[in-house]
Amino acid sequence: MLTEDKKRAAYRALQDRILTGEGRASPEKRARAFSNANFCQPLDGLIGKVASRPAQVTDSDFAAARAAGFSEDELFELVICAAVGQSARLYDAGLAALADAIADEEDR
Amino acid sequence: MRLGVLNNGYGPGTKLLFALIRLLSRHPVPDAARLVFYRPDFYGSRAKKFTHEAMRGPSAWSVGDRELMAAYVSQANESAFCISAHSATARQAYQDEPKVSAVLADLESAPVEEGLRATLRMLGKLTREGKAGADDMRHVLSAGVSRQQVADALAVCAAFNTTNRLADAFGFEVLSPEGFEAGAKFLLKRGYR
Repeated sequence: MLTEDKKRAAYRALQDRILTGEGRASPEKRARAFSNANFCQPLDGLIGKVASRPAQVTDSDFAAARAAGFSEDELFELVICAAVGQSARLYDAGLAALADAIADEEDR
Repeated sequence: MRLGVLNNGYGPGTKLLFALIRLLSRHPVPDAARLVFYRPDFYGSRAKKFTHEAMRGPSAWSVGDRELMAAYVSQANESAFCISAHSATARQAYQDEPKVSAVLADLESAPVEEGLRATLRMLGKLTREGKAGADDMRHVLSAGVSRQQVADALAVCAAFNTTNRLADAFGFEVLSPEGFEAGAKFLLKRGYR
């Protein structure tokens, strides 16, 4: 098995900071943006696009979020949480697949 | 950028630094740099540390290989700013423009080592489909790539899946070709810190 390396540790430090450190958006909202789950309209559109089709984000997505009362600093944080959340899922999926391949090799 | 705070929300010290960068580089401060200077305690400081570790930290992959992975992941995400920024950096790192262009045009026929090709193929699949299995990793390992190299490539993939999303969501302005070349030169000299 691979040990936790410096790269992975640095990534965890980023993840922990944005989710549990001080912020303008509540930790609960940041956690929901990170997991891309259970956001009500109109923010679910923006968060969903950041996670799954970021090239399609438009000015209107931000305008709708502002109109719903989200401040610029809250949006800054929530977009970052959505981006890091999706990349964390990819990182975890890749490392889990690698661990499975290594375990199969060692079983032979 | 789409958030006013990312255009104008900086203190006097950071504004002075931006003016100095503009003066010395003769190019606008790239939006990628502006992002990490805004409230750096929330995102920028730790993001820079992770990205520098992934892109310039110890690894059997060369800097050129890792910049090419960054460009390839960015292409899978259709992130215009990041494709240009990291293909320029990979070209300068390798001193081989045709190799970078060939990989981005058609990975399967590009003149690269089989290990790098298999790794890029796996990173592209993981980025596009959101999943990868043990079989995908076995193909990479059987092409001669070490376990640690696979883990290192996954760190590059994580860094650019984050950056691509932020570039496109916040609306990073695409620079001139000269601006991207200047940025590439900076990234090769100073890294991501």
